[in-house]
Amino acid sequence: MSDAEQPTDDGVPGDDEFEPIQVFPEAEDMDLRPGADDCYKCSTCDTNCPVAEVDDEFPGPKFQGPEQWRLKRQDDRDIDDSVMKCSNCMRCDSACPSDVPLSQMHNTARGEYVEEQMEKFSREYVRNRILANYRRLAPLGSMFPRTTNFVMGLSATQWLGEKVLGITGEREFPEFATETFREWWTARGGAQVRNEDKRIAYFHGCYSNYNTPEVGKALVRVYEHLGYEIMVPDQHCSGTPMFANGMLEDARRSAETNVRELGAAIADGADIVASCSSCSMSLRQEYPELFDFEGTEEVAANTWDAVEYLRVHEDLEGELEGTSVGDEFENFAYHAPCHARNQGLDGQTMEVLAPIDGVEARDVGDSCSGISGTYGWKAENYETSMKIGDEMFDHMEDADAETGLTECPTCSMQMEHGTGYEITHTLEVLEAALVGTEADSQ
Amino acid sequence: MAIEDDVLVIGGGLAGATAALAAAEEDVRVRLVSYKQSTLRHASGLIDILGYTPAGEGPLVDPFDALEGLPEGHPYERVGTEAVREALEFFDDIAGDAYDGAHTDANALVPTHGGTVKPTARYPASTAAGLASDDRDTLLVGFETLPDFEAPLAAAHLEAAGAPFAARGVTVRFPGLVRDDAKVTRYAHLLDHDEAVTTAAGETTARDALAETVRGHLEDETRVGFPAILGDDHAAEVRADLGERLAVDVFEVPMGPPSLPGMRLEDLLYDALEDAGVRVTTGVPVVDYETESDGTDATGPDRIDRVIVDRHGAEVPHRADQYVLATGGLVGKGVDSERERVFEPIFDCHVPHAADRYEWFVDDVFGDQPYARFGLPVDRDLRPLDAGDEPEFRNLRAAGAVLGGYDFAAEKSGSGVSLATGYAAGQRAGREGGE
Repeated sequence: MSDAEQPTDDGVPGDDEFEPIQVFPEAEDMDLRPGADDCYKCSTCDTNCPVAEVDDEFPGPKFQGPEQWRLKRQDDRDIDDSVMKCSNCMRCDSACPSDVPLSQMHNTARGEYVEEQMEKFSREYVRNRILANYRRLAPLGSMFPRTTNFVMGLSATQWLGEKVLGITGEREFPEFATETFREWWTARGGAQVRNEDKRIAYFHGCYSNYNTPEVGKALVRVYEHLGYEIMVPDQHCSGTPMFANGMLEDARRSAETNVRELGAAIADGADIVASCSSCSMSLRQEYPELFDFEGTEEVAANTWDAVEYLRVHEDLEGELEGTSVGDEFENFAYHAPCHARNQGLDGQTMEVLAPIDGVEARDVGDSCSGISGTYGWKAENYETSMKIGDEMFDHMEDADAETGLTECPTCSMQMEHGTGYEITHTLEVLEAALVGTEADSQ
Repeated sequence: MAIEDDVLVIGGGLAGATAALAAAEEDVRVRLVSYKQSTLRHASGLIDILGYTPAGEGPLVDPFDALEGLPEGHPYERVGTEAVREALEFFDDIAGDAYDGAHTDANALVPTHGGTVKPTARYPASTAAGLASDDRDTLLVGFETLPDFEAPLAAAHLEAAGAPFAARGVTVRFPGLVRDDAKVTRYAHLLDHDEAVTTAAGETTARDALAETVRGHLEDETRVGFPAILGDDHAAEVRADLGERLAVDVFEVPMGPPSLPGMRLEDLLYDALEDAGVRVTTGVPVVDYETESDGTDATGPDRIDRVIVDRHGAEVPHRADQYVLATGGLVGKGVDSERERVFEPIFDCHVPHAADRYEWFVDDVFGDQPYARFGLPVDRDLRPLDAGDEPEFRNLRAAGAVLGGYDFAAEKSGSGVSLATGYAAGQRAGREGGE
C-alpha cells in the first residue's frame, strides 16, 4: 500500500472523503516508499558500513537503499552494479535512527539487478548461483566426504576454482563431516525425550548439518538435558546466501519449504530455535520483509536463537552457576557476528559464559569479520574482505586467548583463516558445562 | 524467566551511557538497552554546559554563574548546580586525555565548520589547538569532496566575528581518494592506517601525501585546522604526524553529522561501559512494560515490574529493580508526535503540550519554538510526573533529551543536561537498586 492510499489522520472527521492519488505509475510487489521517505540523510548507515570504509568502489548503504530507490522511479535508470559490492552484513539496519529498512531495499535492488541486468551465462552469475545454492551441492560432497575433502583441498582445485569460477584460491574449503547431523539424528533414533510442554524444532541450517554436526549435537544434548523434546523438521537453506547474491527466486522456494515445515512444527506446539545467527536472522527478519506466504509472520515471531531461548525460558544462569569445563577449552577470543548483533544478541555470549568456571572469554570488539557469507569467497572481494577483517584479527591477537568463539559459520571461517585459531561454537561450551563432552557420555 | 538486572537503562546516548556508568559505581548489576545507534553519531563531540541563557544572553563566560538563575523545571534546576559539577568531574575521569577544558570553569570558544564559535565547557583534545581565544594565525584546510566545510568562508566568518588572529582558508583535493562521495570513515581509515596512496608524485602514504598537499599553501601560520576526519582509532597519532611534517599544530574543526568526534566519544563511553561490567544490548527496542500487580499497595504510583524488548517479533522480558529512561528527544525518538498529540512512546509518560497543534510552533524558524521544550516534566528525583504532578512510577527516572523544559539547541546545553541528569538518575537508581 502506498502512502497515497493510506490516510495519515485516522479518526479525523472527513476521512471518508479521502481520495487517494496514484503518485507512482507501476504497482509494485512491495512498497518501499515509506522507507525511502523516512531517510533524513544523517548518513549514520554509511559510517557503519564496513565495505565503504575500505572499498573505494562502494557508494555505501544510503545510496544503495533510499537514494537508488528514488532514482529508480525514473524509467531510464538501471540498478547500479555496485549493489553487488554490498556484503549483506546488515549493519546499516541497526544503525538507522529512522527505521529505514535498508537491507530490505538492498535485497530487492540486488534481486532486480540479478534478474534484469546480470547476464545469465556470465561467469559471475554461474559462480554466484553455485555459492548461493551451497545447500544443493553439499549433499553430493557429503556422500563421499573424504574424497570431496581430498579433492577440494588440492591446490589444483583451488586454482581451477579461482580461474574458472572466480572463487578465491586463498581460502581452504570447509571440510565435510563424515556423518551429517541428520544422519546422526536418525541413527540415534531421533528424540530421546518426550515432553508435550517443552518442545522445540531445531533449524540446523546447512553448515551444522554437513560441516559441523558437533554444533547440532551439542544443541540436542543441552536441550535434552533441560528436558526438551526436540523435533528436526525437514528444511531447506535459510536463504541467507541467496539474498546476498540476489537469487530471490531460489530464496523464495527455500523459504516456502521452511515456512511450511516450521509452521507445522509450531502447530505441534514447538518453538523454533536456530544455532546459526544468520539462519535465525533470515527467518525472523528477511522472510517477513521479502515474502508473504501464509505463516511467515508466525514463524518469524516464534523463532529464537538457541541460547537466547534458554535464557528466557530457563534459569540458564542458575543452571550454569558453579559448572566448569575441563582442559578441552582454552581462553576464547569471542566475535559477535553482525547478524547476531542485529538481533540484540551482541553481549549475550559473554554474559552466558560468565558463570562457568574454567572459561575466560574476551570480546574482540564490534568490527565486522569481513567475510559476510559468500562475499569473501569471491576472488574480487577477497582483498576487501581481509581488510575489513584486519581490525578483528588484530583484536584477536591482542586478546589473551588461542582459540576463537562465535555463532556464525562463515565468521568462524574468517577467524580461522586470519589467525590460524581453532574456532568453537558457544553451544559446544554450554554442552561441556551442562552435560559433559561427547566422550564423557559414551 | 525474564532477563534480570538491578538497574535497566533504556537508551544508549550520552545520558544513557552516563546513567549506566554512574549506576555501576554502586554494587549493582546494570544493563543498558539501546535500539538504534544513538544520536552521538550526529553530535559534535563537544561537551557544553550552558552557552546562552534561556533568554538568549551570551555567549556566557562562566556557565556555572548562570545555572542558579534558571527557571523552575529546567533540568539543571531539578538536579542542582552541585550535581552538574559532580557529573562533569565524573566525565573528566572517564575521558582522561581525550578531552580538555577541565582547568577552568569558563567556557572555551571552539570554531565550528560554519566559522562561528561555540561556547563549551569541554572539548576533544583534537580541537584544542584551534580555540578562538588563542591569538595564533590560522590556516583552515577544506577538501573539495567535503562541501560541508568551506574553509575560505569559515575563515572569513571567524575574522568577521572578531577572532583575535588572522584566518585564511584554502580548498584542496584530498590525496588518494577516488570517489567524490567517499564516507568520512573512509578518509579516517586511510589516515588511521596510513595506507599507500598514488598521487601525481607517485606512490606514497596517506599522511605524507596530505602533508605535502598542504605544505605549498602554508605561509607563516603556526596552526592548521582540518575538518574532523583526521583518523578514528589513532586520531592523536594522525594529528601528531601531520603536525610534525608541517611543523605546525594541527587541530580539527567539528563537523555536522555524521561526525567522527561524536563517534569517538561513543567509543570512549562504550569502552568505559565494558570496563565497568555494564551489560549492553543493542539493536532491539523496548516496546512495552508491565507493572507489579500484587495489590499490596493500592495507593501511590505503580512500580514497573518488567519491560518487554521486541526481537523481531519475539517478546523478551527484561526485569530490573530500577529503570532509567534516556531515549532522547524528538530526534532520538524518545518523544514522538502525531497530529493530535505529543507523547512518550514506551511508558506513555505525560508530555505537556498545547491541545492545538498550531501552538506547537511559531512562524519565526529561529524564534522561541515551543516544540523545542517538549519533553517530560520531572520531580527533583528525576521521576517523570503525570498531569497531576504525581510521579508516574515509583522506580522510573528520566534523563537527557527526553526531559522537557529546556531548549538545548538555543542554550547550548544538550551535553551538559545529558551528563548531569544521566549521572544523577544513574546514581540514585544504583543506590536504590542495591538496597
